[in-house]
Amino acid sequence: MKLKFIEEKIFNVLMIVATLIVFGFFASIVWTIVKTGLPSLSWEMISQLPGGGFYLGKEGGILNAIMGSLMIVLASALLGLLISIPIVFYINVYLKKKSKLAYFTRLSFDVLFGIPSIVYGAFAFTIMIALGLKTSLLGGIIVITLLIIPIFVRSMDEVAKSVPSDLLDAAYSLGATKLEACKVVLRQIAPGIATATLLSVGKAIGDAAAVMFTAGFTDNIPTSLDQPAATLPLSVFFQLSSPIPEVRERAYAAALVLTLIVLVLSIVGRIITNRFSKNKLI
Amino acid sequence: MSLKKSFRPGYKFVRQSEGAELEVRNLNVHIKNNHILKNVNLVLPDKKITCIIGPSGCGKTTLLKTMNRLIDSVEGVRIDGGILLNNENIVGSGEKIINLRRKIGLVSQKPCPLPMSIFDNVAYGCRIHGIRNRRKLRMIVQYYLEAVGLWDEVSNRLNTPAARLSVGQQQRLCLARSLAVEPQFILADEATSALDPISSRNVEELFVKLKQDYSIIMVTHTLHQAKRIADHVVFMYLGEIIEAGPANEIFTNPQHQLTKEYLSGAFN
Repeated sequence: MKLKFIEEKIFNVLMIVATLIVFGFFASIVWTIVKTGLPSLSWEMISQLPGGGFYLGKEGGILNAIMGSLMIVLASALLGLLISIPIVFYINVYLKKKSKLAYFTRLSFDVLFGIPSIVYGAFAFTIMIALGLKTSLLGGIIVITLLIIPIFVRSMDEVAKSVPSDLLDAAYSLGATKLEACKVVLRQIAPGIATATLLSVGKAIGDAAAVMFTAGFTDNIPTSLDQPAATLPLSVFFQLSSPIPEVRERAYAAALVLTLIVLVLSIVGRIITNRFSKNKLI
Repeated sequence: MSLKKSFRPGYKFVRQSEGAELEVRNLNVHIKNNHILKNVNLVLPDKKITCIIGPSGCGKTTLLKTMNRLIDSVEGVRIDGGILLNNENIVGSGEKIINLRRKIGLVSQKPCPLPMSIFDNVAYGCRIHGIRNRRKLRMIVQYYLEAVGLWDEVSNRLNTPAARLSVGQQQRLCLARSLAVEPQFILADEATSALDPISSRNVEELFVKLKQDYSIIMVTHTLHQAKRIADHVVFMYLGEIIEAGPANEIFTNPQHQLTKEYLSGAFN
C-alpha cells in the first residue's frame, strides 16, 4: 500500500479514538450521575422546598435551587445578550477591520474569559460589601451576567468575523445605514447567537463559585431581587459534603436535574437555531 | 421608451430617470501608500452601456467602488478630486451617502443574496427606504422579478430562502434587488464572471434591455462581452485611463499603443 493511504488510515483511526475518548468521558459522567442519582430522584424532590431536616436526610426537595438557578440563568442570559450583541456589532460593523479599539476589546474579553469564576465572585462580593448590599438574587444575576458576557462576545464575534464583507457591501449598496446592515448580519449570525447562548447558559447554570458569595443560599424561593437565592450547583455541593449517605445520593439526583435542565435547554436551543438558520447563506 | 413599457406598463411608482449625469473629475485615490487611481477624468453617458476594460489590478473595481462610496470602508483610503452626479460632488459628503447609493446600484461579481427569502431580498431596499405597504411591495417585487426574467421561475416559492437558488438565478435576483430601489446608474463589477455561459448570456441580454432606462457601467474581463454589448469603452491601465470612447471606434481603430496591444491580447 502506498504511504499516503497508510497515513490516511492512521489519522482516521486517531480521530475516531479521540472522539470516542470524549464520548466515553461524557457517558461515564452521565452513568455515574444516573446510577447514583436516579434512585433518590422523585417527584417530591423536584416539587418541594427543603423540609426542616432536609440536609440530615429527612423529607423535602430542591425546588428552591431549581427555581433559583433558572431565575439567575434566564435573567443573566437575557441581560448578557442585550449587552453583548451591541458590542459584537460595534467591533465588527462599526469599527474598521484593523481597528486598535477592536483589537483591545477582543484581547480584554479573552482575558476575562480566562478569569476563574471564584474571582468574579470575590470581586463582586467586595463591591457588594462596599455598597452595603447583602447576598441576593440581584447580586447573583449581575455576577453571572459578567461571567458570561465574555463567552457571549467571543463566540458571537467569531461568527460575526466570518460574515462575508460582500454581505455588508450588498446591504450598503442598496442604501442601508450601518444599523440596517447590522440587522442583515443579525439574520446571518442568528445560529451563532443561539450557540453562544447555549454555551453561556451551560456555563452559567453550572457555576457554583461565582454565586456562592453573591446570591447566597436559602431554603426558600426568592420573591424579590434583594432576597438571597439558592442554586443547583451549591445545592449539590452542600449535600455532597454531608456525612449522611442518603444526602450524598440526593446530591447526585440534584446533579441529574441540573444535567437534564442543560439537556432540555440545548435541545430547545438547537430547534430554535435550525428555525433561524433557514435563510442563512453558506 | 422606458423599461416599464417594455415589461409591464402602468406602475406609477416607478420613477423616471431622465438625463442623469455622472462625471469623474481629476479623481485620485490612494490606499495607504499606493496610488490606485491617477487623475481619472471621465464622463459617463446616460442610458448607455459603458464597459471598463483593462488588465487585473488596473483600478477598475476601485473606480466602481469609488462611484458609490463603498470604497469608504476600505482601510487607509484617501480620495481627491470629484465625482459629480447631476452636478453634485459625491466625494467627501457624509450624510448624502445613503441617497447616493440609492441612485447608483451595484451588482457584484459573486452574487450575494441577503440571508432572507426571495421576496424579502427584492423588498429589502424598498423597506429600508420606507415602503411598508404590503400590496405595493408585492407589486414591486413581481415587477422587478419579471424585469430580470426570474418571476416565472420563482413565483411559486417566493418565501423560500434566496440561498437555495442557483448562482445564475441569484445574480439575477441581486440585479432585481438593485433595480428595486430605482437607481439611475447600475455599476456591474464583472457581474457575469461567476456564471455559467447560459446564465451569463441571460444577464448580458438583460443589461442590453435595461439600458433603455438605466445607465450601466460595467467592468469586464472578457473582451468578447465588451464587444457584444458596450456602447462606450474605457480602457484603463495601471490606474490611468488610457483611452475612452465609443465602442466601435475603440475596437476598430484604437489610437493608443497600449490599447492596441491589450485588444490583440498581446499583454497580460
